[in-house]
Amino acid sequence: MTDVFDALPVVDQVAVARLRERLVAAAQRDGVLDIAYRTVDSPIGALLLAATEEGLVRVAFDREDSDAVLTSLADAVSPRILAAPARLDRVARQLDEYFAHRRRTFDVPLDFRLAKGFRRSVLAHLVEIPYGRTESYAEVAAAAGSPRAVRAVGTACATNPLPLVVPCHRVVRSDGSYGNYRGGEDAKRDLLTLEAS
Amino acid sequence: MRPFERVVDEYGPVVLRVCRAVVGPVDAEDAWSETFLSALKAYPDLPADANVEAWLVTIAHRKAVDLRRAQARRAVPVGEPPDGPSRSGRPEDWDGDLWNALARLPDKQRAAVAYHYLVGLPYQEVAAVVGGSTDAARRAAADGMKALRSTYGKTRKGAPA
Repeated sequence: MTDVFDALPVVDQVAVARLRERLVAAAQRDGVLDIAYRTVDSPIGALLLAATEEGLVRVAFDREDSDAVLTSLADAVSPRILAAPARLDRVARQLDEYFAHRRRTFDVPLDFRLAKGFRRSVLAHLVEIPYGRTESYAEVAAAAGSPRAVRAVGTACATNPLPLVVPCHRVVRSDGSYGNYRGGEDAKRDLLTLEAS
Repeated sequence: MRPFERVVDEYGPVVLRVCRAVVGPVDAEDAWSETFLSALKAYPDLPADANVEAWLVTIAHRKAVDLRRAQARRAVPVGEPPDGPSRSGRPEDWDGDLWNALARLPDKQRAAVAYHYLVGLPYQEVAAVVGGSTDAARRAAADGMKALRSTYGKTRKGAPA
């Protein structure tokens, strides 16, 4: 009974792609693009970058399931999420420069809303650790004002919503071993090696 | 909640088909854009158990009604339909004959045909979108399809059945 519609393409990719761009522009214009995201390639694997209107809100590694990352952003921030690369252009370019040894610090607005309380004060300290240097979890705990909260520092690093840009990879165990990393211990080693070279 | 991007992934193509069938190829992209922008705005308040597809069709229907009114206001009588059907495969100029046949249907029949035969909504949901009873929606879709076959079928010379 539906053969009369055979002439209508079921999926018109060209038109849909054009309409998606138009939707992103309209959403941006009307202030309802709560979260824009894109993925970028990097030497440590694909990275998912997401930003609110305030700033970068999440950097996720390839090993984190991107659907799960977006769904948790939908629950924690807003489900008004669209693939919209332009808002992430600046940080994507800076990440490229970082991996090419041409950049040591990131200069983009950050949105820390996914980190609360003590975890947030830990992250505020992490951005102070210079490129190429490391601190132990105990040192970070002391710097964040709670010398005994070493385990909580570990949790704050493990749940850092903005890895790379907020350099939790520069926090290592007191014995010099790398310790856990959201992107995997290999990625942490690669980053510290990159910064040391 | 599902990120809105996934809603666009899943329903963007079918809503485009509906818009093309209901408001025609010229205004379809405006209708699609307005539908998804409205949907994005309202999305955070959508109940978790809502039928997303029927919700989008409802919004698209409202946009189509608005666009049809605007079309009527600026209507200029069209002489001959464009030369022959497009078989180029280019989506921008999909079958002009089909749209000419659809355009001759009363609005309610065209909407019922699109929502039932293109989207696959059951008549009860078609009725909820276009108004009226389930039986009326069933009749509108049947009458519309019958009229469509007689007008469109005749112009499709040599087209596969």
